[in-house]
Amino acid sequence: MPIRPLSPHLSVYKFKYTLVTSILNRLTGIALSFALLLLAYWLMSVASGTLAQQRAQRLLGLPLLKLVYATFVFAFCYHLCAGIRHLVWDTGHGLERAQSQRSAWLVVSASLLLTLILGYGLLHAGRTP
Amino acid sequence: MSLSSPLRQVLGAGPSRSGVHHWWLQRLSSLALVPLTIWFVVSLVALPGFDHATVSAWLAQSWTALLLILLVLIGAWHSQLGLQVIIEDYVHGAGTKWLLLVLTRFAHLLIAAAGVFAVLKVAFRGPA
Repeated sequence: MPIRPLSPHLSVYKFKYTLVTSILNRLTGIALSFALLLLAYWLMSVASGTLAQQRAQRLLGLPLLKLVYATFVFAFCYHLCAGIRHLVWDTGHGLERAQSQRSAWLVVSASLLLTLILGYGLLHAGRTP
Repeated sequence: MSLSSPLRQVLGAGPSRSGVHHWWLQRLSSLALVPLTIWFVVSLVALPGFDHATVSAWLAQSWTALLLILLVLIGAWHSQLGLQVIIEDYVHGAGTKWLLLVLTRFAHLLIAAAGVFAVLKVAFRGPA
């Protein structure tokens, strides 16, 4: 490897909370990649028939996995909000410091609110006719 | 005509002229995933149950199958692009980086193929 400066130069940044929103976007993206893997596994189990799905359902229903699903729900809500923020930035809007600080708070609070709503909905899914 | 010197061209250093393409695909896929993922989670919440019969019947509907295939394909595409950037940014060893990039590609190809195959299989079998 040639010795060249490699971005991102994490160590040169002064810590600011807007930095957390950026890192969190990547981390939630990684989490969602694993959620996609789980989705493919679930779909394959449904396609394989009743027995395979029952086995998968038992595996996916492990209590420990509830924590993983909760992470996925938050990751989805956060990545969605932060992604929309990025799309707005791409149009050239909201890039001023004050604006991006405001939108950072907006993204965090909106994603937490969405997580609560979606989490509640999923907890009660499959119970109402 | 290239403005860079012959030596620079031989060494292969400098812009690859493909960065914007990656960036643009990431934006396009994210734009498509906004409505697709919202549809998906709302559908999951609205499902009356997660047993085999209910899920199969849901998957067998044409619109569900179509949208799910789009979700899996575009989701895998977006995930591939995102993980690729993260690996390129943070993994500095040339060999490890290459290996991880190849593994990521293969894994996403597998996920996309499995998802599409599974949905089609259930959809063409019809409601159980």
